[in-house]
Amino acid sequence: MKTTYPEMRAIIESAREDGWILEPDAKRLFSLAGLTVPRFALVQTPQEALCFAQEIGYPLVAKIVSPRVIHKADVGGVVVGIASEARLVDVCRRFQSFEGFRGILVEEMVGGVELILGAKTDLQFGPIILLGIGGTGVEIYRDVVMLMAPLSEKDASLMYKGLTGHQFLEGYRGAKPVALEKLTQTLLTFSHIVMELEGLFDSIDINPLLCSSRDCIVADARVILGNTTKTINSSP
Amino acid sequence: MDLKPIFQPQSIAVFGVSAGNYRHPANEIFTKNLLRYPVRVYGVNPAGGKINGQFIYRSIRETPEQVDLAVIAVRAEVVFQVMASCIEAGVRSAVIISGGFAEVGQTGMQDRIAALAREASFPFIGPNCLGVFVPDRVDTFFLPSERMVKPRSGNVSLVSQSGGILVDQIIKLTNEGVGLARAVSIGNKALIGELEMLDYLTADPATRVIAFYIEGFGKNEGREFVLRAKNCGKPIVVLKAGKHPESRKAVASHTASLAGDYAIFRAALSQGGILEAANDLELVSFCESLSKYEHSIAGRVGIITASGGHGALAFDACLSQGIDVPALPENMQAELGAELSPRVRNIVSLANPVDLTGSGVDEDFIATARFLCSRMDIDCLLALLLPYIPGITADLGAKLSAVAKECGKPLVAYVPNMERYAMLIEGFELNGVPVSPSIEGAVLMVEALRRIRP
Repeated sequence: MKTTYPEMRAIIESAREDGWILEPDAKRLFSLAGLTVPRFALVQTPQEALCFAQEIGYPLVAKIVSPRVIHKADVGGVVVGIASEARLVDVCRRFQSFEGFRGILVEEMVGGVELILGAKTDLQFGPIILLGIGGTGVEIYRDVVMLMAPLSEKDASLMYKGLTGHQFLEGYRGAKPVALEKLTQTLLTFSHIVMELEGLFDSIDINPLLCSSRDCIVADARVILGNTTKTINSSP
Repeated sequence: MDLKPIFQPQSIAVFGVSAGNYRHPANEIFTKNLLRYPVRVYGVNPAGGKINGQFIYRSIRETPEQVDLAVIAVRAEVVFQVMASCIEAGVRSAVIISGGFAEVGQTGMQDRIAALAREASFPFIGPNCLGVFVPDRVDTFFLPSERMVKPRSGNVSLVSQSGGILVDQIIKLTNEGVGLARAVSIGNKALIGELEMLDYLTADPATRVIAFYIEGFGKNEGREFVLRAKNCGKPIVVLKAGKHPESRKAVASHTASLAGDYAIFRAALSQGGILEAANDLELVSFCESLSKYEHSIAGRVGIITASGGHGALAFDACLSQGIDVPALPENMQAELGAELSPRVRNIVSLANPVDLTGSGVDEDFIATARFLCSRMDIDCLLALLLPYIPGITADLGAKLSAVAKECGKPLVAYVPNMERYAMLIEGFELNGVPVSPSIEGAVLMVEALRRIRP
């Protein structure tokens, strides 16, 4: 972590103007810190997208990258299961017309149980870590557990055991259980990042964190920087 | 800073007593301490005069000794000057009753007295507070004694930002027979806040249970509170106000939306092993239970009742808290049945709750308590006693308490609150068994033991 800290710091500094760290940079940041992210590329044109697709194969995911779009799925800015060149070109063209277009994030499809892993700097209690059942329904289910950072290994296991939906992780109705040791490791690494970045961020969302029997992967991420939330346009 | 002179003063000086204005709050403080407490009391007012036949000293320099505690109830504008004179005269601490500081926007004035005190290592409570109440020692509340309950000395300490809430909780605890160690309203907490009180009460040998009424913490103070609570070693109960924020801020992330202020407060408290009381009943029940028992339980309760309805309500209340009520296997039920008096043997229900019916007599309750107590899968007893049942005598409280004490498992009792049942209730309470006037309260007493850390 120590050696990558300047790089992480640089990512944060370059995002100051936007007020938040967009997905590709957030993923670079978490990857530097030791979390697993899908193979991805930030491209500008359909041609570049096709090039990367040849490298990693189909199906894949494409997402809009724009400082004006904070909740991508709400505005049709996420397309999963792209299985053909034609579809990929189509999606890329559509994304190019989005307000504030900065590029298209193309990445491999990963599967698993959708969790949310988040952090918030609280005025009274300092850095807080949140783990919950994730995905787009996260604010409907509101199945979350929170603890003050930093986390111990015991805290990490208390967190997922505390979820109402913890059975989803333990192999519900014939599904393979997720790699709980990977989840614990992910929580501990995340806790380390949170303490390292204490004071620099307002909140962090990793949603979804996709946990399978093999790994826990940061499928989407954003970091809202400190005291700058006012400049963000969170409406679609 | 040493808070002992605030909570165990041998001598106090009351600033603001008035020979002319008998309604002055300082007069009430002066008089009640003079007449009812073992502290030596001196009134101070530059105008001099007499109160209750005692001379009012014109300055703190004139009092015959260096007092432990100054109780300051003068206009906000002169508090600084009074405090400076106290420090100069070697007074050891102060309670500032006076309002007119940060609560009305006068933060500058408040900061100045806090800076003065910090510089001189001079501990003070307030301003804008009722101050401290220590049974049989000192009482700086300006409330006339005849309007207050008379709390017993005990092992529960209360800390409250609000004076009104503090008095309410004192009344409720006293009504339930729970004794107090220290009670303090910390008001604007210019110097001494929740953290300092937690430190003091952690070390205070008279305090076994610490209860707080908290409106909110300052920046990162909550974090510090939780970290210190973790290492405190005494049970801490918190009643929180301000659970629902006035406005919902629009937030840019899911985490910020899910992790609202109160949600974080709850989570952090439980991380520190602190018991959050949702309301007065929980606060009083938790405090009462924890003032009697210090060991945690897993929460597997044996319920003894004289009425099926009471048993059913208690059973529901247990389950909704997460307390287990393990069913007695049939062979065990037969074994227990054989120990009961013949007149109830065929009408009782023995599954747990064990319903001894309105025909049960003392001996049936005792046999059941002994039986349930001896079972490995039960770690706590809940007795629902209805003293209007003819077979129950006033001795049963003491007798059941003895059974529980012998087997070493906690016993909690529900007895309806009526003066004529006082002897039964005292039979429990004098033997260290908490009694609640409601079924829900009794279940909460069990829950308190389940929630504290092993």
